[in-house]
Amino acid sequence: MRRDRFALTVFLLLLSLAPWLLGEFHVTLLNYIGLYSIVALGLVLLTGVGGLTSFGQAAFVGLGAYTTAWLTATPELPAWAALVGGSPWVALLVGLALTALFAFVLGWATLRLSGHYLPLGTIAWGIAIYFLFGNIELLGGHTGITGIPLLSIAGFELRDSRHYYYLIWAMLLAAVWLTSNLLDSREGRAIRALKGGTVMAESMGVNTPRSKVVIFIIAALFACVSGWLYAHLQRFVNPTPFGLHIGIEYLFMAVIGGAAHVWGALVGATVITVLKQGLQEILPKILGASGNFEVIVFGVMMILMLQRARDGLWPLLVHWFPRGEAVRSAPVGERLSQRTPPTSGTVLLEVKDAVKKFGGLVANDRMNLHVTAGEILALIGPNGAGKSTMFNCISGVDGLSSGEIRFLGERVDGLASRDIARRGMSRTFQHVRLLPAMSVLENVAIGAHLRGDNGVAMAAFQLDRKEEGRLLAEAARQIERVGLGQYLFEQAGNLALGQQRIVEIARALAADPCLLLLDEPAAGLRYLEKQSLAELLRRLRGEGMGILLVEHDMDFVMGLADRLVVMEFGLKIAEGSPDQVQQDPAVLQAYLGGVG
Amino acid sequence: MDIQIALLLGQDGITNGAIYALLALALVLVFTVTRVIFIPQGEFVAFGALTLASIQAGRVPGTLWLLLGAGLVVAIIDLIQAVRRGTGRRIAGIIGWNILYPALVAALLSLLRPDELPQVAQVLLALAVIVPLGPMLYRLVYQPLAEASVLVLLIVSVAVHVTLVGLGLLFFGAEGSRTTPFSEARLDIGGIAVGGQTIWVVIASLALIVVLYQLFERTLYGKALRATAINRVGARLMGISTTLAGKLSFLLAAAIGAFSGILIAPITTIYYDTGFLIGLKGFVGAIIGGLASYPVAAAGAVLVGLLESFSSFHASAFKEVIVFTLIIPVLLWRSLTTRHVEEEE
Repeated sequence: MRRDRFALTVFLLLLSLAPWLLGEFHVTLLNYIGLYSIVALGLVLLTGVGGLTSFGQAAFVGLGAYTTAWLTATPELPAWAALVGGSPWVALLVGLALTALFAFVLGWATLRLSGHYLPLGTIAWGIAIYFLFGNIELLGGHTGITGIPLLSIAGFELRDSRHYYYLIWAMLLAAVWLTSNLLDSREGRAIRALKGGTVMAESMGVNTPRSKVVIFIIAALFACVSGWLYAHLQRFVNPTPFGLHIGIEYLFMAVIGGAAHVWGALVGATVITVLKQGLQEILPKILGASGNFEVIVFGVMMILMLQRARDGLWPLLVHWFPRGEAVRSAPVGERLSQRTPPTSGTVLLEVKDAVKKFGGLVANDRMNLHVTAGEILALIGPNGAGKSTMFNCISGVDGLSSGEIRFLGERVDGLASRDIARRGMSRTFQHVRLLPAMSVLENVAIGAHLRGDNGVAMAAFQLDRKEEGRLLAEAARQIERVGLGQYLFEQAGNLALGQQRIVEIARALAADPCLLLLDEPAAGLRYLEKQSLAELLRRLRGEGMGILLVEHDMDFVMGLADRLVVMEFGLKIAEGSPDQVQQDPAVLQAYLGGVG
Repeated sequence: MDIQIALLLGQDGITNGAIYALLALALVLVFTVTRVIFIPQGEFVAFGALTLASIQAGRVPGTLWLLLGAGLVVAIIDLIQAVRRGTGRRIAGIIGWNILYPALVAALLSLLRPDELPQVAQVLLALAVIVPLGPMLYRLVYQPLAEASVLVLLIVSVAVHVTLVGLGLLFFGAEGSRTTPFSEARLDIGGIAVGGQTIWVVIASLALIVVLYQLFERTLYGKALRATAINRVGARLMGISTTLAGKLSFLLAAAIGAFSGILIAPITTIYYDTGFLIGLKGFVGAIIGGLASYPVAAAGAVLVGLLESFSSFHASAFKEVIVFTLIIPVLLWRSLTTRHVEEEE
């Protein structure tokens, strides 16, 4: 048995025996660890994996807790609520629906916030919701709601904290299972791609705002479940445990445990909960005053952690228990369906009078070019000529100031890059945009995002395995095709820069495009690597692919391209076959500066 | 609501708004120079106010221990570094600023009977305790993380906030305090009685803004800060030390924070954790200015003050809910209107 499987088995065995081995106090402690872990797990998905930070999760815990408290413990519910009142299980469903709705609205509004505005927003609504709980009379104000009933499952009443223990940990493990499944899927890769910046993910067809809202809702739902369990375990609720300071503590748990790993949530929740328990007992005695002094320790711990070990405790723990080398073979699966390639000579891309201005700077001035199927067009020019800007406009990363771009006869300027990708255009980036911690295989599989359609729910319950196999097999095929077959399971960040560029080409190919945009693919390659890249591009051209490439290596370009477009200061100064362009006086002037 | 009440609320709003404006300026300063979203700004407000209150009550302010402790740690770290790098000439400065200076402040506080000093001296003493904590904080927490992403710096700021609030409870207890007003005078302006302290707050805030403006426009250090804010790498190439700029901006932020606390302590009871909400309201103002524009940030902060005082009249229980819900549309507007430069991990 592999060592990590073995460790997991031992862990589960100990977990199931724990209530029989431990006293009441420790079982209660484990219950709280479980409750907090569920919330922290949502943050792992949101923060560690998706790169979004929330200090406001405690508000969602409160939403779950208050919903069930109000529906099950209010003697005289108003008529409109009486229908769903009384049963904790119905209340859980209501709570989840309410939370999803709430998270959707809040997410829709605040997830558009870029960078640091989002966490600031979560602080703001974290505070606002806390004060709301305390000021709505219906919810008992600052005293809260008491008399919440016990849970019962199929007639069996959970009277003992040991009963709750099994329920809490079963739910936590289910959440861990669902999250792991999700991360190991098509949607999961899209979510993991968020952290590398949205430009790449969008260019591969990922709807990034949607992915962000999805993980935000999932994290909120986990928090809601935790709150529901909390209310029925504790049997009364008041606003205190749902304030911003607890929201901050949840984030600390995720960061300290290791925000990028599902098990990090458990480690973090355990460390913080146990420490809190101990410190709350010891510190007031040492300091001779009462108060929540443990926050001083937590704060200092967080600072040191972020300075010294930003990835949290989990990676350090795993380091001690090296995982057994899994037997990994290249994935196999049925071929995905391919689009019918346009016949050779069809005009794929047409740029007409394209102008792009950044403030006063005209980066592209009345640019015209076209690419047909089965041809390689090279866009060359000195640094700063506006080539990459042209690329970004064509692929929809930037919008045009004026002019038009047609792809397969259809206007695409103004479309989002994911919509352009869907129409059969795929690209690479001048500055490599791979996810360094993901395997080469997974990176390339992001390129095939649009060729699958299983969603989050299918992935979470592992109903996507057939399609997943086909996607991975396709990714593996493309990696073989570009000649990196021996690196399938290598972390992308470990490859040489030149190889990483080739991985980007494989990723673009995995999208099954008919037009390929390559931004300086040969930079950083050695001579032989360049030869095989040129060979690959010729083969693709032979198969009817249109290729537009930006490149500085003149030997490479002149030997490969069918036609060239030369740019300088945003303008097209020449166009034609390699021979024509090499004789063009304007080109010589631009490259060699005033000769002749 | 009649005009009388409206004027009264307006007066209240402007007083608080002036304080929020000062804090907003400090937040913009720190963010543009160091990319740190300075959540603990509010703790400096509370520390300033409570340190002054302790001094006036004849107690040794707990923050003095923080100054001595932080100074010692900074000195140890810097000395080790100085020895390792062979920059021995810095040793005198390190010991002077981090050990001798705190010791001097401690000596003054214990020898002078500060509760009997004139108020100006008390204020200066309080500032002498709190202000150096700014650069020390930068040295200990942020300098090792100077190249981290804004998001990591933000999480660290939250950790610092949590730590300082805990220390505040330890130093000052859960009881709130008020300090002696600078002036007991009441002026009658257009039929409205305006408290002397209110006038103090507004005038002092304006004066401070003018001083800051002069600092940035006229002095070399001010220009160095502006240069760093505009282009960190470029400023470094011109010989401006990023570390120095960071420490300087934290020094100013700590000074502004502590001074704001001292200004409002006579009109509001300050608790160890009051600073957070005050600081966050400064934030709402700073964000209205996109964390970049000083005048817009200040105007936004005054707006927050007014909104707060009027909503406290109409729905006092929901005052905080209203102020902090306001931030969301503002944030939304900001992130839709600013061109976002993507930050990668």
